[in-house]
Amino acid sequence: MSLEMFFQHFFNALTLGSLYALIAIGYTMVYGVLRLINFAHGDILMVGAYFVFFGTFAFGWPWGVSAIAAVCGASLLGVLVERVAYRPLREAPRISALISAIAVSFFIESLAVVVFTGQPRPVLQPDWLISEWQWGRVHILKLTAFVPVMTAVLVAALLYILYRTKPGLAMRAISKDIETTRLMGVRVDNIIAFTFAVGSALAAASGIMWALRYPQVHPYMGIMPGLKAFVAAVVGGIGSVQGAVIGGVILGFVEIMSIAFFPELSGYRDAFAFIILVLVLVFKPTGLLGENLKEKI
Amino acid sequence: MRFNRTTFICLALMAAGALFLTQADMFLSNYQLYILKLFFINAILALSLNLIYGFTGMFSLGHAGFMALGAYMAALCILPPEQKEMMWILEPIIWPFSELFTPFWLAVILGGLVAFVFALFIAVPALRLGDDYLGIATLGFAEIIRVLLTNATPITNGSLGIKGIPDSATLLTCYVWMLITLVVIARIVYGNFGNVLRCIRDNEIAAQVMGINVFGYKVMSFCVGAFFAGVGGALLGSHLSTIDPKMFNFLLTFQVLMYVVAGGLGSLTGSILGAGIITVLLEWLRAIEEPMDFFGLVEIPGIPGMRMVVFSVLLLAIILYRREGIMGSREITLAGIGRFFRRLATRTAGREAQ
Repeated sequence: MSLEMFFQHFFNALTLGSLYALIAIGYTMVYGVLRLINFAHGDILMVGAYFVFFGTFAFGWPWGVSAIAAVCGASLLGVLVERVAYRPLREAPRISALISAIAVSFFIESLAVVVFTGQPRPVLQPDWLISEWQWGRVHILKLTAFVPVMTAVLVAALLYILYRTKPGLAMRAISKDIETTRLMGVRVDNIIAFTFAVGSALAAASGIMWALRYPQVHPYMGIMPGLKAFVAAVVGGIGSVQGAVIGGVILGFVEIMSIAFFPELSGYRDAFAFIILVLVLVFKPTGLLGENLKEKI
Repeated sequence: MRFNRTTFICLALMAAGALFLTQADMFLSNYQLYILKLFFINAILALSLNLIYGFTGMFSLGHAGFMALGAYMAALCILPPEQKEMMWILEPIIWPFSELFTPFWLAVILGGLVAFVFALFIAVPALRLGDDYLGIATLGFAEIIRVLLTNATPITNGSLGIKGIPDSATLLTCYVWMLITLVVIARIVYGNFGNVLRCIRDNEIAAQVMGINVFGYKVMSFCVGAFFAGVGGALLGSHLSTIDPKMFNFLLTFQVLMYVVAGGLGSLTGSILGAGIITVLLEWLRAIEEPMDFFGLVEIPGIPGMRMVVFSVLLLAIILYRREGIMGSREITLAGIGRFFRRLATRTAGREAQ
């Protein structure tokens, strides 16, 4: 493989990895506080992408405005999902909440089919993102550099919230022990809603960039990225934000690089993530950075 | 098996059901027969998932994968060789499968066995994991099966799928397979084996402490469930006459999970009831996708896809307001029905006496 091709693949992998990382953070945060796999997370990504599509096409808003509106809309949706479908089941067996999550995901998808129709729609790409930089013979799409940078900014902001603010402290406390945190006077319900808002905002940001990268939106676009990002969260160690980022990047690189080096494997692309998942679960079920969660007897 | 009065009545009821079904095409429309068949197949799927999840407590989301294996195996078995040669246009079909031609009952069993073997293979890594991790791992395996089926073009015809599968799954065949599934799983679950499974479900550590080989029992339950999922898939493929890898996605697993949850985890009759109600409901909900006309005054145009929205809201409602499902973990038994009628009789008698 020539060097310029390698650079192109490198940036593609970094982009895909950043997108997975952003989605994976949402999974890992929700799992951290509620011990629940939020199956609807991938669909929130889809809704975010659709909001941008409508912002730019239907209302003619500029890109920045519709992206911010979409992120806000998606985080409201995330909070709503938590309020309606997860909060009533907090004392129920965990599996009930999981089934409820699957039902919500199914609901959002089928509602999207009704409201937005099942047809994939093209997304307008702003010119400044699809132009290229050129260094010698290496061409790099500006978008593939923009996505990792944007991701780094968002992750830095998130880490600031988690480690330097009161709500972040409360989130970390809840993930250790929800009951004690409640007794310490933290309004647990509000903090959990806040967790969903932040996670959904990141998912929407990822969904918007996803729609820019692969320029179309359709109601089922969130399923595969959602599943793979969950795998990334497990690989990195569920409950750990840094782990989710590392897991996402690993997954992005494995997916792009294995096809770059072995093009005949491209049909198996969707299987890589799950093979990695199985390997990780067998050899190190807590993931790379995960804490050892002791099962309570 | 003890031959007491209950067994005898059950056998008589089953035979009466079979007799009824042989005559069913006289007074049921083709559409109704189609739904009835779908109900029997769905009941098989629900029963098998209930064994894995409801009775053993293993949260498996890989059912669609097992169904896919069963469906493909059976389709390859019952398609005549010359038809297979014509259909595999991307790449010619490879040897053992190109000549394979078996009767339908053997095809169904082979479909189940393929799923069984694969379940055995994935059980070793997957069943070490706890609840939601197990769910994700089995979901991953189902996706891997789907990707493999898409890419194994010389065997599966790739993403084109297999069309024109002979409709050998008659009403009676589906009914008999449902009864076989019911009886086998009921014998497993309400025997000593079932007590062990429930013990594992309710407290795995206690089971281990009592000296139960937890892993072995889990593998057994998982594989038997997978076998019947394969059987259900085989019947479904023949019933629909077309299969392709896209069909066996996560939504299919989700549907089966819903039959089980709606019917009640840990209730076999509940699973059958849940499968029946949801199958009929899904067909009945097709009405809301048709244009509606209220007395010629207001006309509501049909909304495609609305059916699934209503369906998912219903499921959400079940989980939120009646988590234990229709039956909970109770069963409909002959003794229970007898008690019900006796109570009804005494109540009417009491009213007459007044």
